[in-house]
Amino acid sequence: MGTLWFCLVAVMLAVYVVLDGFDLGAGIVHLFVAHTDSERRMVLASIGPVWDGNEVWLLAAGGTLYFAFPALYAASFSGFYLPLIIVLWLLALRGMAVEFRSHTSGPVWAPFWDAVFALASLLLAVFFGAALGNVVRGVPLDSGGRFFEALWTNFLPGPNAGVLDWYTILIGVAALSALTLHGALWVAFKTEGEVSARALHLAQRIVWEVAALTGAITAASFYVQPSLLHHFAGHAWGAVFPALAILGLAGVVWFSRRGNERNAFLSSCAYLLGMLTSAAFSLYPYVLPSSIDPSFGLTVSNASAPVYGLRIGLIWWLIGMMLATAYTAYAYRGFAGKVKTDAHGASA
Amino acid sequence: MHEDALTVDRLQFAFTVTFHYIFPQLTMGLALLILVMKSAALRTGDERWNRAARFWAKIFGISFAIGVVTGIPMEFQFGTNWAEFSKSAGAVIGQTLAMEGVFSFFLESTFLGLFLFGEIRLGPRGHWFASLAMFGGSWLSGYLIVATDAWMQHPVGYTLAPGGQFGLGSFWALLLNRWALWQYAHTMLGAVQTGCFVMAAVGAFYLLSNRHRPSAQLFLRTAVIVGVMAAVLQLWPTGDGQGRMIAQYQPASLAAMEGLFHSERGAPIAILGQPDVNNGTLDNPLFVPHALSFLTYRTWAAEVRGLDTFAPEDRPDQIPLVYFSYHIMVGLGTIFMAIQLLAAWKLLRGKLYRSRAMLWILMLSMPLPFIANTAGWITAESARQPWLIYGLMRTQQGASQLVPAGDAWFTLLGFFGLYTVLAILFLYLLYIEIERGPADEESAPASA
Repeated sequence: MGTLWFCLVAVMLAVYVVLDGFDLGAGIVHLFVAHTDSERRMVLASIGPVWDGNEVWLLAAGGTLYFAFPALYAASFSGFYLPLIIVLWLLALRGMAVEFRSHTSGPVWAPFWDAVFALASLLLAVFFGAALGNVVRGVPLDSGGRFFEALWTNFLPGPNAGVLDWYTILIGVAALSALTLHGALWVAFKTEGEVSARALHLAQRIVWEVAALTGAITAASFYVQPSLLHHFAGHAWGAVFPALAILGLAGVVWFSRRGNERNAFLSSCAYLLGMLTSAAFSLYPYVLPSSIDPSFGLTVSNASAPVYGLRIGLIWWLIGMMLATAYTAYAYRGFAGKVKTDAHGASA
Repeated sequence: MHEDALTVDRLQFAFTVTFHYIFPQLTMGLALLILVMKSAALRTGDERWNRAARFWAKIFGISFAIGVVTGIPMEFQFGTNWAEFSKSAGAVIGQTLAMEGVFSFFLESTFLGLFLFGEIRLGPRGHWFASLAMFGGSWLSGYLIVATDAWMQHPVGYTLAPGGQFGLGSFWALLLNRWALWQYAHTMLGAVQTGCFVMAAVGAFYLLSNRHRPSAQLFLRTAVIVGVMAAVLQLWPTGDGQGRMIAQYQPASLAAMEGLFHSERGAPIAILGQPDVNNGTLDNPLFVPHALSFLTYRTWAAEVRGLDTFAPEDRPDQIPLVYFSYHIMVGLGTIFMAIQLLAAWKLLRGKLYRSRAMLWILMLSMPLPFIANTAGWITAESARQPWLIYGLMRTQQGASQLVPAGDAWFTLLGFFGLYTVLAILFLYLLYIEIERGPADEESAPASA
């Protein structure tokens, strides 16, 4: 039961990253690819009707994590206290920027919210990457399943590590570049004219940086957490996950050269899914490893809720997610095709 | 554990949830009123109802956005500041919280987008359905949150392992908790009253400034008809039902709410008065004799337990706060009923739109339901103290053990700052939308 919920939560988080990732990425790139007010409104219109639905995946994943793995929820949210609250503030600022920009205009109002939107999106990408880095590296969980990490200490991933050390910052930078690529491809796919061309050009340049960072974080992860490698060695079929990531990245290069924006974007989705499932696969059965003593680590069995609740949860979760998938599909279908150039009243 | 952090944890949750609830009470109330307007539009084919619904959907949209950005921190703070509670009880209350995410949020966010941008594409029936889905999503969300709180007020349907871990014992017991049903009815009526008073206030403002007269009259009519029903039902049966449930399951809370320091047969209700906790007296009281005994037990001479029958560590730790917030809620609720009955009577006689005094009262009443709803929640949550899960887990046992007070102060002050900015922006945007007003002259739907 714990393993099943591990997979479900991992899938929800992966869907969240793929979906909210493109609107975060659109936020990161929009200052560079859209210059005039109408161009920026076009970028906002390309995420307008869907971005808060995308963010709901984070809430739903958080709620699911809460009831399926209460010990993990408690340990990680209190242990990562400051970065988590900062993420909440950034999410709030970003939501305000998208929502408020559209209500009134002016030469001061719009550029201010554009900058808030870009900065909050950028920092969120880094923080999400660093959070994943922390989970992979492990945290100083004690025998009671508790820990507390400062935001940073000496920037070394040792036993006294902070949330930010060279390894987690590296993952944060990799996440930033991956989501920049993802967002640029989305903008290229959903807009037209100059903006689309600039976004595609940006994607073609940054994809090599993403490739280099992918290599770097893979090597660094095996160095910081050697046990990851053992898991792959013992279960060779797990190689499909990294293979998906590599294929995705190759697809981005291939399709963006041929100007096939839709498939380039879908390849980027595959890349993100491949990277996240690789991380989840290599961690399993741990959900949060301890850097003090491996036996203190939280696993799918010692962190999960009693089995009756998990069974009941499976019933309503399946019903709810089928409905949610139906709405999401409906919303995206109604929103198919390119955003028109003079998108009127572009907003959430 | 960081004892000094406990107070900051409590303050931060209290502040962030109080600020957050300003917005959901408005959106849940408006969701019903927008549905009423869209139903009237569908039935009569009168375009004025659509115009009114479009205007209120804009106010709904702004409030909903702020409700979302202030709501996300609520879910996450269970983990950040209340880790011990989450670890023990997450298997139970995580159920309702996760259901809110899975069932309500997807529904609301999808259909709000469709409602705001899809009026032409959806057609009249589809657009009406979108308003129904928005209403269903926001009211379901309300239920699941109330059910979560109800479990903390009156825990049912759980198992308790020797290590102090709660597990789900019965899904339906959790979902159909008797406490949740009363509390939900009472809470939602409060939200409807907020929506009605805000709508009536905007209508009154337009009439008093002689603008948007056709829409303003629709606003007033809808708000007063729905509002008078909500105001009456708020007091009876829902307020009465909730009060008797508190008397039955949380007698210490009732004693603190009423300022009853000593057990009494034929206990009175204090309309006014200031509790003196050290001396165990109520100063300057204005009593209605025997009323508390009657309202609680339906006999004039029944004995009601006073605070003196509870050990000091089992009494609420902020008795004056409990007492005053309860009295403010009940007092305002009574005033609302009077205002709405008077307005409904004038509406019936066709005098409401010309009665300047009544319009002034309606306009100036706008902040009051927000205060009453807030006071109601402060009553519920601080009267539950010292318990986090009533009778099972004390508040100090639930806080995160390793988060230093300094970090908690940092984030509390950060929330103060961020929410101040949010409040200013909200009022500014509200002002802009009210200044723009409903599009009375044009008849076509706005944009696609």
